[in-house]
Amino acid sequence: MSGAVIEIIQAKGKNGDGEEEAPLVVARAAYEHPFVVRLCHWVNTVALFVMVGSGLQIFRAFPSFGAKIPQKDLLHWPRAFAIGGWLGGALQWHLTFMWIYMGTGVLYLGYQIFSGNYRQVWFTPRDVPGVWPMVKHYFFFGSKPAVREAYNPLQKQAYTTAIGLGVLSVLTGLAVWKPVQFSWLAWMMGGFHYARIWHFAVMWAILFFVLGHLVMVILHGWNNFMSMLTGWKKDPEY
Amino acid sequence: MKNTERKVDEKKFRQVSRRELLKLTPVLALGAFAIPGLQEGLLKRGLRFSDWSAARLFRTGHGAPTFDDAEVAPFDKFPINGYDVDDPGVDLENWTLSVSGAVEKPGEYKLSTVQALPRVRQNTRHICVEGWDVIGRFGGARLSDFFKLVGADTTARFITVKCADDYYESLDMATALHPQTLLCYEMYDQPLTRAHGAPLRLQIPTKVGYKQAKYLTELKVTNVLDKVGYWEDQGYSWFYGL
Repeated sequence: MSGAVIEIIQAKGKNGDGEEEAPLVVARAAYEHPFVVRLCHWVNTVALFVMVGSGLQIFRAFPSFGAKIPQKDLLHWPRAFAIGGWLGGALQWHLTFMWIYMGTGVLYLGYQIFSGNYRQVWFTPRDVPGVWPMVKHYFFFGSKPAVREAYNPLQKQAYTTAIGLGVLSVLTGLAVWKPVQFSWLAWMMGGFHYARIWHFAVMWAILFFVLGHLVMVILHGWNNFMSMLTGWKKDPEY
Repeated sequence: MKNTERKVDEKKFRQVSRRELLKLTPVLALGAFAIPGLQEGLLKRGLRFSDWSAARLFRTGHGAPTFDDAEVAPFDKFPINGYDVDDPGVDLENWTLSVSGAVEKPGEYKLSTVQALPRVRQNTRHICVEGWDVIGRFGGARLSDFFKLVGADTTARFITVKCADDYYESLDMATALHPQTLLCYEMYDQPLTRAHGAPLRLQIPTKVGYKQAKYLTELKVTNVLDKVGYWEDQGYSWFYGL
């Protein structure tokens, strides 16, 4: 379904009674984001917000990655920027929203794979040569490469990385939550102690992506933003 | 990409856009978590679901990782975490463990009786709900061996314990029967110190720290949980198996 392009013509009746008149094309629109993708995007936005907020509150209980004795704190995250109020409350949020977070992840990945829609966003070796020209363009020393599809090579790389980070956040989280039942996972990360560090690092990587994502959304304007709500992007560049 | 190219008038486009937008309204259901009257119930349910899944994931035959002696933290680097006092003043001379509930031989059990059971020593990781972890060396009797001694009904669902410092906890039977679940009377090959729970504590490498109650005084095998656990009553997870 995604990839469909339509032409928007002037509503009837506006230009008199012209019966067989050729319709006046006022805009074009492309269907970029199928319903499931949009649904997962917004549910996951809420879930990620809660997971990060409650995760930081959990971190506040022991804001260190060293030993308990002697305890050397890494940073004191303010309570105002955390969710749950205290460790027990934050764990309730975290252990509730992890199901929503994982649910949207599974639904999204399943849909993308089975619908074939993943091709729109999946970064492949074919996209490698196109990355550098986009980077040059974004940092203001290159002309804009021609846009032929919904996602340019750099976007594909960013979104594919973000999906990978999402998977990693779940895997590292499972190793922290169940280091005995998933001892092989924890072992791959260097044991529970390091799994906790990885889980924290993955969160920052995701936040870094979100920051870049938000900057790009602002730069690309209203039509681009609305496409994640309605699916349709007015005046696409291709 | 231009697989279909059709013409739609402005009004129709606005209609289609609105319909697609409205399809996202289920997302607003998440707002229920922001409603004070609903929040607590929803989070409790989420926690209970997590506990239920955790119990499904638990495998009695799967051991917690064990470590070489070289990886064990020095004794003075093993944290002491109590919920109120480090030493509740247990009379170690006259101490007994009171066993009741679904057991054939209820009564008072001396420490020497527990120590007469096969001694298990294990280097395992102790993980605190706060996030810190430490590898320690523990010794004691398997709870499952003690169950044979007292004739516990292992088809019962729970084990509850009470402690000299008024702490209380409960365990699922599957975890109680796990071969690494110990009635622990030794740390680092020495008798348990008072701050670490003398004379007897639970040591369960498949559970988070607060489940491993110290200064045990009572143990009950039961199908009904009258008291769940001190921290659970504050809102922590009951199962919290690792």
